[in-house]
Amino acid sequence: MSQARAALHFTVNGEERVVHVPPMKRLLDVLREDLRLTGTKEGCGEGECGSCSVRMNGELVNSCLVPALQADGACVETVEGLAPEGKLQALHLAFLKFGGAQCGICTPGMLVAAAHLLAHNPRPSLAEVREGLAGNLCRCTGFVRIFESVLAAAHGNDAAREKIADAG
Amino acid sequence: MNATAKTRIVGAPVPRKEGVDKLLGRALYVDDLERPEMWHGITVRSSIPRGKIRSIEFDACIDWSEFAVVTAADVPGKNRIQLIVADQPCLAENAVNHCDEAILLLAHPNKHKLREAAAGVKIEYDPLPALFSIEASERGDVIVWGEDNLLKSFTLEKGDVDSVWANAEHIIEGEYRTGAQEHLYIENNGMIAEWNAERGVTVWGSLQCPYYVFKSLLAVFALTEDKVRVIQTETGGAFGGKEDYPSTLACHAALLAMKCGHAVKMFYDRMEDLAATTKRHPSRIRHRTALDRHGKLLAMDIELATDGGAYSTLSSTVLSRATLHAPGPYACANIRLRSRAWATNTVPYGAFRGFGAPQAIFAIERHMDEIAAAMGLDPAELRRRNFLHTGDKNTTEQEMREPVILDELLERALVESDYYARRAGFARENPTSAVKRGMGISAYYHGSGFTGSGERTLNSLAGVEVTREGVVRVLVSNTEFGQGTNTALTQIAAETLGIHYDDVTMAPPDTGIVPNSGPTVASRTVMVVGKLIERACLQLLAALGEHAELGEKFTSAEFFAACDRYRAARGKVESLCRYEAPPGVYWDDEKYRGEAYAAYAWAVQIAQVAVDMVTYSAEVEEFWSVQEVGRVLHPVLASGQIEGGIAQGIGYALYEKVVLQNGRMANNQMTNYIMPTAEDVPPIHVYFEEIPFTHGGYGAKGIGELPHDGPAPAILNAIRDATGVGVCSIPLLPEDLFKALIAATEFEEPAVL
Repeated sequence: MSQARAALHFTVNGEERVVHVPPMKRLLDVLREDLRLTGTKEGCGEGECGSCSVRMNGELVNSCLVPALQADGACVETVEGLAPEGKLQALHLAFLKFGGAQCGICTPGMLVAAAHLLAHNPRPSLAEVREGLAGNLCRCTGFVRIFESVLAAAHGNDAAREKIADAG
Repeated sequence: MNATAKTRIVGAPVPRKEGVDKLLGRALYVDDLERPEMWHGITVRSSIPRGKIRSIEFDACIDWSEFAVVTAADVPGKNRIQLIVADQPCLAENAVNHCDEAILLLAHPNKHKLREAAAGVKIEYDPLPALFSIEASERGDVIVWGEDNLLKSFTLEKGDVDSVWANAEHIIEGEYRTGAQEHLYIENNGMIAEWNAERGVTVWGSLQCPYYVFKSLLAVFALTEDKVRVIQTETGGAFGGKEDYPSTLACHAALLAMKCGHAVKMFYDRMEDLAATTKRHPSRIRHRTALDRHGKLLAMDIELATDGGAYSTLSSTVLSRATLHAPGPYACANIRLRSRAWATNTVPYGAFRGFGAPQAIFAIERHMDEIAAAMGLDPAELRRRNFLHTGDKNTTEQEMREPVILDELLERALVESDYYARRAGFARENPTSAVKRGMGISAYYHGSGFTGSGERTLNSLAGVEVTREGVVRVLVSNTEFGQGTNTALTQIAAETLGIHYDDVTMAPPDTGIVPNSGPTVASRTVMVVGKLIERACLQLLAALGEHAELGEKFTSAEFFAACDRYRAARGKVESLCRYEAPPGVYWDDEKYRGEAYAAYAWAVQIAQVAVDMVTYSAEVEEFWSVQEVGRVLHPVLASGQIEGGIAQGIGYALYEKVVLQNGRMANNQMTNYIMPTAEDVPPIHVYFEEIPFTHGGYGAKGIGELPHDGPAPAILNAIRDATGVGVCSIPLLPEDLFKALIAATEFEEPAVL
C-alpha cells in the first residue's frame, strides 16, 4: 500500500494547521491521530451514526467519509471548538441540566450537529430539532433529553418543556 | 437512614458527575488512549459455523517476522473464558463451533497493515453439520454441545396444573417468538493490554465488570491476583453487551502483548463487533392457560425455549430470569414452567438489558391480549382481575411483602393516555382510513438484583475513603456506562456524610484500587451497592464521632478536619461494608422456591400505534410509561433511563432484525441493522410512583432494565387493536407485518386497498 503523503493545510477550530498525511486518510483519523483531537469519535465508519460529525466550511459532515485531500484549505470545527478554552456554552449547560449526555460517546457529534442546527435556525421547533439530529444516533437516551437540551439552549428552559409537552 | 427521610442531594437533579468531561470531548474512551511503543491487534476468525481446523497457512508474500502471531498453543494457563461454565475457549484449538470464532491473533506496530495480513492467513476446515435453530437443536440428531445440546433447563411446579384443564371454562393457547437483538452501543468493544514478567497483565478497556475480566485473565495466564489489573476506561454504552465479551477481548490483547513485548490495542470496527459479539437470546415461548368464566387465571402451563448459541456463557442465568418473569405480574394458583436453553452454532447469545425478561414478558403480555380477545374482555380489565397484590404469593411462593400497586399504575396509565376515549375514536375512524390506529397495554415486573441466592454468593464489598487532599472517594467496582452510576453513588455518599456533592468523587474503576462490589448488571447497582455505600458512610461517621470528635452537626470543612485527626491518630480513613441479605429471605436453588428477588420494580406501559395499510409500516405515535421503582434518586437520570429503554424496546419490536445466514450475521452494519433515530422515537410520557424500598440505597429499587421489558408487547397489542390481527413474533418489520396481515386476510380483499 502506498504511503505517499501530502501536505494538508487547513484551519481547525480557528487555528491554522499543517499535517503530512496520505491524501485518502480519513479526516476523522487526521483529527484523532495527527492532531490528537480525540473528542471526535468513530461509531460505524460508514456515515450512519454521526459520532464523527464535524463542521467543514459551515457544512455538517461525517468526518469518517471525508478524505484528507478534500479538507485541504477548509475550515473545520470539532467538539473541542465548541468550548473555547474549555468554557461551557449555553448548549453544554443545557445538555448538563437536561441529561442530554449519558454514556457520552455520541455526545461530541450530537453537540456539533446541534450547534450546526442552531447556527442556521436559532429558534427551532421540536420537529426541526428531530430533523436536524436525525443523522446522529444515540442508543442511551431515546433522544428525548437531547431534544429538551437543544430546545432549552435555543428557547430557555421553560419554553423547552412547553414545546416537549405540546408535542405530546 | 430512613428511606423516606427528607434529603438534600438524593432526589435532586445534580449535574452528572462526569458530565463536563463528556461534553467537552475530554472523556477518554479506550480508543482515545495510547501507550508508549504500542502495537495494534486483529483477530482471525472462523468462516464456517462448525468443523475441525485442518490446516493454517500463511501467505508467503507477507513478511510475518514483522508480526506477532498468537494461537491457542500460546495460552500459558487454561484456554477457557471463566464465566459460569468454563466451556468457551479463549482461542479455538482444533475445532470451531460458530462463524467468527477467534482462532488466531496478529499484532503489528502499524494498524493499517493488519487487515491485509489477516486476509493472508488461510485456514482450511473439515466442516461438520451445524444447527441454526431451537427446533434443530431440540431434535437431537446432531449433537453440538454436551450430551444433548441442552445448555440448561428448569422445571417449576406450583399447585396442580393438570387438575384444572377438565373443568376450565376457557383454555387459550399461544406460541410467541422473539428474535435476536444487537446492543448497538455506539462505542465498539476495545481493549489495551500490557504484559510484563514481573508485574503481570494490565488491561484498560470498555467494559462493565472489571472483576469478571480479572477472573478470566487469572485463569488464562495462570497468574496470582497481585499480577492482574483491570481498569475500565470511559465506556460508550454497554446494555449488557460488555458484561462477558470484554473478558475474551482482554485475554486476546494480553496474549498479543505477551508475545510481542509491547502494549497492544485491539479496537473492533462496527462490522466485526456486530458479527462476533453477543446479542439478545432468541426465544420461543408457548402458553396454555386455563381461565374461569370471569377471566380469572386458573392454570398456566408455560414452555420456554431460548437459543443460547455455541457456548453456555450466560444462557443459564438468562434462562432463569426469563423463567421467573414468564407468568407475568399475575396471581395464579397453578403454574407449571418448563424452560430450556439450547445450543446452536451461532455466536453465543449473552446479556442484554432485561436479561430474558423482555422475551418472557413479550409472550405473556401478548398472550393476555389474545385471551382478552377470545373472551371478549377489555385487555385492561382482564389484567386488573388477575394482578398480584400485596401479600399474594408468586410462582416461587415468594410473598409480596412490599406494597404492590399495579392497580394504581394501570389506572394512571389509562387516565394519562386517555386510553378509552382514544380507543373509541380509533374504532370509529379505522374502517374508513388507510392508517389504522390502536392502543396497547403491557403490565409487568422486573426483579431487581441477582436472582435467588446470587447476591449472597457475590458477597459484595464496597465503601468510601477520605484522601489526604480532602476528597471522599467511593470505592466500588461498579462502572459508569451512561446509566449514572457515578452520579447516584456519589449522591448517596454526600447525602449520608452530610457534605457537599462536589466533595465526593469516584475512585478509578481499577481492580488495583477498588474492592469487588460485584458486576454492574441486573439493575443492582443503586439498590444493592448504593445501600452498601449508605451503610459504609454511616459507619464512617460513627468512627469519626468516636475517635475524632466529629459532632452531630458539622460543615464540610469540619468533616474533613475530623478526617485529618482520625488519619493522624489511626492511619487511613476508610470504611467498607459487606453485603447482608435482608432479614427473612430464603431461597432454595434446587426447587426454585423462595425469594427470587429482594425487590421488584413494576410498570404499566401504553403504546399508541399507527399502521399504514399501504406501506405496512407501523409507527409508535405516543408512549406512556408509569412505574414504581422505589425511590427516584435523580429525576433527570431516572427519566433518561426510562426513555432510553423504551426507545430500545421500540427498536426490538419494529426495527431491529439480526439476519443470520449459515449462522453468521449477514446485516452486520449500521446501514442495514436499523435502530430508531431522532425521527422515529415518539413523545414519551414518564410517570413515577415512589414507594421507598427499605433495603435499597435511599429506598431505590432497580430501574435500568425495567423500561425495555414492556414496549414490544404493548406495541404489538396496539397493532392488534388497530388491525384485528394478533401477531405473535418480533421483530415486526413492514415485510413481516405484510405477511401477517395477508395471512390473516387470505381469500379476502384487503379492506382498504
